Amino acid sequence: MLSEIVFWVLAVVAIAAGVAVFRVDSMARATYALAASFVAVGLALLLLDLQFLGVMTVLMMVMEMAIMAIYMIMFMGMNPALMPMSMVHGKRPALLVSIGTFVVLAAGAVLVPWPTRRGAPAADLVTSLGEAVMHSKMLVMLTVSPVLFATIVAALVLALPRGRYDRLGPELRHRSRHGRADR
Amino acid sequence: MTVTQVSAGWVPLAAALLLTVATAAAALDGVLAARSAGRPLSGGLLTPAAETARLFRQRRRTTIAADLPLQRIGGAGLLTAALLMVVVVPFGRWTVADMAVGVVWFNALDVLLWAALWLAGWGPNSVHPLVAGHRFLAQALSYELPLMFALTTPAVAAGSLRLGDLVAAQAGLWFMVWMPVAFVVFCAGVVAFSAWGPFSAALGSGAAGGVLAESAGVDRWLVTAGRYALLTAGSAFGVTAFLGGGHGPLLPAWLWVLVKTSLLLAVLVALRRRLPVVRPERLAVPAWLVVLPLVLLQLLVVSVVVVARG
Repeated sequence: MLSEIVFWVLAVVAIAAGVAVFRVDSMARATYALAASFVAVGLALLLLDLQFLGVMTVLMMVMEMAIMAIYMIMFMGMNPALMPMSMVHGKRPALLVSIGTFVVLAAGAVLVPWPTRRGAPAADLVTSLGEAVMHSKMLVMLTVSPVLFATIVAALVLALPRGRYDRLGPELRHRSRHGRADR
Repeated sequence: MTVTQVSAGWVPLAAALLLTVATAAAALDGVLAARSAGRPLSGGLLTPAAETARLFRQRRRTTIAADLPLQRIGGAGLLTAALLMVVVVPFGRWTVADMAVGVVWFNALDVLLWAALWLAGWGPNSVHPLVAGHRFLAQALSYELPLMFALTTPAVAAGSLRLGDLVAAQAGLWFMVWMPVAFVVFCAGVVAFSAWGPFSAALGSGAAGGVLAESAGVDRWLVTAGRYALLTAGSAFGVTAFLGGGHGPLLPAWLWVLVKTSLLLAVLVALRRRLPVVRPERLAVPAWLVVLPLVLLQLLVVSVVVVARG
């Protein structure tokens, strides 16, 4: 009973916050509405006894949105708090795509004959999740993570107009001027 | 020592306990401030009461075109996160929520502070709070990864993310003894996410009060009280994860938790007047080039010991 109430509250919050992303008129509000929607989804995962995944979703999404808000505001080059702006563009194609996606997913959920449960969940879900990820998929993880990391570093190097080589010289030997980029 | 989950009726008591210890921390800071200013110490002891009375009578301050909902959510976020943090911390034999992923829960809540302090800075639509909110995020980029690996270390040693198991694994030897680097980094992380002492650039006088520059009345009280509550919750977690939790001779387990938490908290509070504020942009290089490798090395040592023990 209680878990049903919690589920419905979280579901309504997740959807309402998701709708709010497109209804509000500021970057900060849109970003944190999205974060709130994800937090509700993460907490709903706790109801499935997926504690690790649920809490991890909250952690990752809040962190991600906190950084994303900065980038959104930065790239917009304006202060949306002073100048309200619309969060939607290309309305008609977006509407078509989203309705189509919803119909396909909802039809799938309703029409697909769901298999009945075979076996029982493991006693220690965190351990079995870790084994599932790190045992058979270890090679994939080991290949993908350095590539992802290299991509992030390379993107940052390309995006950074002035790095430590500007401050410390080509051999990184000059003394730092209080960590400040020279003008 | 097994940890049992108490019924939900005890939650208000747990919250009251956190706020009481946090008030004691504020009183200690008041005494230290009075001593360094040469004022009578008894006046300093009453600082929390006097500040609360002053701020509760003060009018809220609103700025032009402020984003009030975001500002209020951010300002209340600190105290909320602190209250949710202590939910998983065992108080002797009892805990409010015996979560299998208590360590990750704590970590997720300290990440929530990224959002809280930035929102509190963004909300007022004013330069100083906005700059300070960005400063906090810049600082967070430096402290969060070392903090995460410092949190991972005791979990690896205990083979569990449950805080009760962490305490049980320290029956013989406290984790602080054989993972001192992780402990120090964790304490620094607590000070940093509470925007306290050397890591208080987001709330310091360097930006005219930073996030608090435009906040008055109950809004200001919430952030100030939230910082003390965060320091308290962080200390309680540190005691559980590194200082043996309720283990100790003679006294009952809950009293040991309280004593150890108070001592660690007192050290963290006293740091404020001992160390200068570090600018977030100067923190990045030492945090990523020195502290992160050190804490990873600590994790490696602990992992090797765990594997060797079998």
